[in-house]
Formats: sequence, C-alpha cells, structure tokens
Amino acid sequence: MTAASRLSEQGYTYAYLDEQTKRMIRRALLKAVAIPGYQVPFGSREMPMPYGWGTGGVQVTAAIIGPSDVLKVIDQGADDTTNAVSIRKFFAATAEVATTTATERASIVQTRHRVPETPLQEGQILVLQVPIPEPLRWLEARESETRKMHALEEYGVMHVSLYEDLARFGRIAKTYDYPVLVEGRYLMRPSPIPKFDNPKLDKSPALMLFGAGRERRIYALPPYTRVESLAFEDHPFEVETWEQCCALCGATDSFLDEVIMDDRGGRMFTCSDTDYCNQRQAAQGKPNPDTLGGKA
Amino acid sequence: MTAANPLLQVQGLTKRYGDRIGCAGVSFDLYPGEVIGVVGESGSGKTTLLNCLSAQLEPSEGSVIYDSRSKGPLELYSLSEAERRLLLRSEWGLVRQNPRDGLRMGVSAGANVGERMMAVGARHYGEIRGRAGHWLQQLEIDAERIDDRPATFSGGMQQRLQIARNLVTEPRLVFMDEPTGGLDVSVQARLLDLLRGLVRDLGLACILVTHDLGVVRLLSHRLLVMQKGRVVEQGLTDQVLDDPQHPYSQMLVSSILPV
Amino acid sequence: MDVLLRIQGLAKSFTLHTQGGVRIQALAHLDLEVSAGDCLALVGSSGAGKSSLLRCLTGNYLPDGGSIRVRHDDDWIELVGAKPQTVLELRRRTIGYVSQFLRVIPRIPTLDLVIEPAVAGGAGRPEAEARARRLLQHLNLPERLWSLAPATFSGGEQQRVNIARAFAHPYPLLLLDEPTASLDAENRKAVIDLIEDARRKGAAIVGIFHDAETRSAVATREISLVEGRAAA
Repeated sequence: MTAASRLSEQGYTYAYLDEQTKRMIRRALLKAVAIPGYQVPFGSREMPMPYGWGTGGVQVTAAIIGPSDVLKVIDQGADDTTNAVSIRKFFAATAEVATTTATERASIVQTRHRVPETPLQEGQILVLQVPIPEPLRWLEARESETRKMHALEEYGVMHVSLYEDLARFGRIAKTYDYPVLVEGRYLMRPSPIPKFDNPKLDKSPALMLFGAGRERRIYALPPYTRVESLAFEDHPFEVETWEQCCALCGATDSFLDEVIMDDRGGRMFTCSDTDYCNQRQAAQGKPNPDTLGGKA
Repeated sequence: MTAANPLLQVQGLTKRYGDRIGCAGVSFDLYPGEVIGVVGESGSGKTTLLNCLSAQLEPSEGSVIYDSRSKGPLELYSLSEAERRLLLRSEWGLVRQNPRDGLRMGVSAGANVGERMMAVGARHYGEIRGRAGHWLQQLEIDAERIDDRPATFSGGMQQRLQIARNLVTEPRLVFMDEPTGGLDVSVQARLLDLLRGLVRDLGLACILVTHDLGVVRLLSHRLLVMQKGRVVEQGLTDQVLDDPQHPYSQMLVSSILPV
Repeated sequence: MDVLLRIQGLAKSFTLHTQGGVRIQALAHLDLEVSAGDCLALVGSSGAGKSSLLRCLTGNYLPDGGSIRVRHDDDWIELVGAKPQTVLELRRRTIGYVSQFLRVIPRIPTLDLVIEPAVAGGAGRPEAEARARRLLQHLNLPERLWSLAPATFSGGEQQRVNIARAFAHPYPLLLLDEPTASLDAENRKAVIDLIEDARRKGAAIVGIFHDAETRSAVATREISLVEGRAAA
C-alpha cells in the first residue's frame, strides 16, 4: 500500500494539502525561483495551526515534500521546541517522511528565525517561515505603493531607516530581519533571522524558500544567489560577536543564546543551534544530554 | 535674446475630468532660472495644471517637454512611470502647501533631507549627514536640530525643512504649491526672502502656484492668470499686476486689500 | 548725436472692466527721440500721461500700439510686444528706472539691495559693493542704516535707496519718476549731481521732475504732454 492511499483512507491527502493547492503553490514557487527576491502572491490556505506558527512555511514544505525526503524542523535553532516538534510530527504523520535533527542528513529544513550553523549543501532546501514579507512595510503603509517601489527599484527609503539608526544610536540597531538586496535587484526581508545569519544566505548552495501564510506571499533564493546586506560605505555591515564562547560545546563561531540561570544574575551563553552544539559535544566525548534522536 | 533653450515647453495642455475641465489649452515656455507664478482663485485649475506639469497627473491632451540634464528634451508622458518618478526625485523638486504632506514626520530632519540623496544612490553616511547639515543651515535651521523630528518644529521651520529636502539634490526645476499658505505673515516674509535668494543664487527655475499676489510680486518673473481652467492672461509679473488687461485679472488685482 | 531711444506713434489706453468698461486714453500718437547726453523732462499737469509714458518705456505698462525702440548694445530692440525675457534683459543692463516708491523687500539689508542691480548688470561682487558704498555715502544715508532693511526707513531715506539702486549700474537709458520728490535741499543736490554725472557720461535720461529748480538744473530739453499727446 502506498503512503498516499493509506492516508486517503484516513481522509487526508498526502502532506495534508489537496493536490490542486500544492500545484498552485508549486507554480508560485517556480515563479519565485525565477525572480529571486520577488514576492509572489499565492492563495494561502487555512492550516490546522494558528497564523504565526509557521503556516506559510508548512504550506511550502507540503508542496515540495515527497516520501523520500528527510525533514528537519527547527524553531530559533532548536529541534526540541513545541513548534518544531509539532510540525515535524505533522509531516511524519501526513507525508510519512523520515525526520532528523542532523542538518547534514536533512533534504528539507523548515525553520523559524534561524539558518543552521552547519553549512548547507547542494540539493538541500531551506524553508523559512515569514511573518511579514514586505521590507518596506513600516516605511510605507500602502501595498499599492510598496509594489510600485519594488517595480521601480525605489529603495532609498530603506536606507533612511538605517540612517535614522545611525543618527540615534551611533550604529545600525537592527539585529534581526536585516534587509538584503537580492542579485542587486529586489529588496528582501530575510525573515526574522538574526543578522548573524545573513552572510549564510549569500551564494548558498542550498535552495531557500520563504513562505508567509497570513500575508500570502512566497519568495525564494535559488542556489548561489548574490545576497547583500544593506549598509553605508562608512558603516559597513557587521554581524554580532560575543566575548564568551558556548558554555556547553565551547564554540566561538556560532550564534549564542543568553540563558538566565537563577534570580541572582547568573547566566550562561549557549549555541542557539542545538544540533550543532550536540554534535560538537559528542565529538568532544561529552555525553549527549539530548535524547531526541529522530527516526532516521 | 534668451540664448538658452526652454527648460519646459508646454503645448495645449488640457485635463478633463469627465465633462468638467481641470485646465484647458495651456501653453507656455519656462526658461532656466525663471520663476513663473500661476495665480487665480480656488478652483481655477492651478493645482490641476501643477500636477500635470510635474508628471503626477496624466493630461487628456497636449504635451510637456522637459529639457533634462542627462538626456536632453523629453516628452514627459511618453516616459515610463519609473523615469518620471526618477525626475521628480533628482532633477525636480516639489514643495507642497502642507509640509506634513512633503515630509516624513516619523524620522529626523537629517533623514528627511538625506532621503533624496539616498534615493539617487548616496551610500556614505558621513557625506549624507554633512550635506544634510549644510542644507539645514542654508534654510536657516540650526544644525543642532539635525536629529530632531519635524513634529517638534514650528510650521515655518517644517516648510523650510521641506524646501531643504527638495534642494539637496540640486534640482533645476521646483514646483511649489502655495508654499507660504499656512504660515503667519512674519514667517511668510522670512520664507519668501529665503526663497528669493535661493532661486537667484542657485539659478532655479520655478513654477509657483499661489493665490497670494504679494508672493508672486516678490518671487516670480512672469505670471499666468487662470480662470475656469484657462490662462486668461500672461506676461511680466509687474506688468500683469500694474496694468492687467483681462477683466478677471483686473478684478483679481483690485481685490487686494491695501495694507 | 547718438540716438538711444526712438518712440513712434505710441498709444496707451486703459479699459477699466471693473468699472463698466470705461476707457481712458493715456497716450496717443506720441513720437520722441532721446540721444546719449540728453535729459528730457516731461512736463504737464497731473494725468497728462507722464508716468504712463515712463512705465511704458520700462515695460511695466503694455502699449496699445506704436513702437518703442531701445538701443541695447549694438542692437535696436522693439519693446512693444517684446517677450518678457527680452524686457527683463533690457532692465538688467540697459533701462534703469526710479519710481516714486520703493517696493520694500523684507529683511534684505540696504547695502545688498544696492549691490544687487550692479551684480545683475555684470559687475563683480567687490566692484559692485564699492560702487554701492560710494552711492549711499554720496546720498548721505548714514552708514549705520546700511545693514538694515529699509522697511522702517523714512520716506526720504527709502527714496534715496531707490535712487542708489538706479545708479548702481551705468544704465544707458535712465527713467526717473520724480526722483527728488521727498528730499530736502541737500539731498536734492546730491541727486542732481548723480543725474548730471550720468548724463555727461552719455546716458539718455527721461524724467519727471516736479520742482522747477531740479528740472532746470538737469534738463537739456522739455516736452509738454497734454492729454497724452505732445503739445506743440
């Protein structure tokens, strides 16, 4: 018995969405890949989860996933948060795919607000969940006008917001969802990933797909697309750095979360990417505190 | 005798709103460094004309040819919208009656002035800030207020800020719609003086729409008098004001209250 | 003699549309020539058309017909029907005009007001300023006033600023509408000296001088206007 026929007996189509919807989303994806950084409208469906929990990303994943895929889902870098666990189980049930926490083993990585530390490879697909796709939204409220600004490449106003940061704080205060220019053409919100992750988008060998469920937009970065973070000539783009290293694995090259330990100001810094941290600890011979293994 | 080519050549410009006429059959040339005042009562078609001239409203008939710095003479309405919008933020300026319509109220004065530079590709923060400061001073705004938001400025300062924002890209042609409209008299006088000096020193060409004949007397070289969408009289400003020919112009001039 | 201004068949009327279309004939069939070194005084009663003539000559009034030709460099320029740009160009370098009233421009210091026409006429800034200072000194305007805008000046002070502006550039054609009207004897003398000096240097001057003393001091010729026509 095939996965699809087993599922249809339970009243579901494969990967939850009906075939027409998946086709519609694939068409939008193809257009998005053809015009890197351009926001393609699509008919977003109601999903069995609230907006803000990744409905856009889930629909994109549903449209591209197949039985031979291996899925990894992370939320803020972690494989073991409610959101990540739920979405992973959702596809394990509806698409009968293998899941993993290991970045290098996944064929599809759906993520909320992080790009994994382990470099992505050719053939992998990163699906990013997007709350607000429009980079010009807080500068220009009218959708008709922002579309025109994209069409005419009128992006000066984006630098106005960076200017304002520099004038008020002496530095560009934006630390996540930091705007990028795609192939020198479209201004794009990379979704609320920390700006630490922006360089990973540039010329990545993996395909990156962005889905915004509530806002009904899909956009994409095909492999090896040029992605440039906006900056000024005399205030170049810089990523966050930490004085500490990861308290668990000692990494000095990963994005660190600050963890509050007690009420007396005790805190520690650990990798936000749990898979990366666990693998490093295992390599150092430390016992893996994480029992989450995944099926694969 | 004028050696230069016209900066703007307007031929038979007409804008209809259904059966109603916005403006009809307007023709004139504007030369570099020249200020033309457009006067007439409310509803006479001044603003429609200004919008058609500044590439914001497509006319029903007629042509507007602009002699651009980079590409020579261009027929405005055969340009793409992208090219028209580029003109508006590079070679042209647009000063609106209400500074709130022409300013970004949520960001600082410096960002307001810097925006047009960034819109045409400036990416050096220090230079943008330096030039913004320079233009604030040109418009008699204390450079220390560069990081203040326009909401904290008086009406006159907001209007001067709007002008600074327009002049920073060194436009050749500035459209002004009642620039002194909402200001009290002493603030008006200061602004007019400033404008007069800037227009002369920068060699700006201006199209100035107003119903205030005192403003055009001070600023404009030539005058177009509009009534019901048509230009009923045009000529040298002082000639039209001191020796008006058309009944409507005479009525307009004689309606000024003596001070 | 070197003719600088040639008027033929000049006519000017006013139609007062706001007052039932009443038509007033201000000038008719007027022929005149003025040469370099001439100072032509217009005489006639009030309403005879003296000021209207001067205003036609400066392009301020629009003649009905006839011809006003002005020597501009080596060309003859027709003022009747001329384009506004042409009139402005003539006013910049060829035609100087003193009206009875100074149109006050707020906030601009007196000295700058006098420098302005000299610069517009082609003088360099330092030379224009030196000339302006000399003129204001000559016209006995106290130096402490030079940095002030003339809005608050007395009538006589404003009038002298006005005169200084007209002499700041050596206009070949000078039109003077009661230049000494509100001046005392000493200042009248200063203005007369300026007019005489300009005339001797080759300016053609047309003026209205209300007091006989000034007129006889500067005029080389007189023409009497009666109802807009030259009286025999």
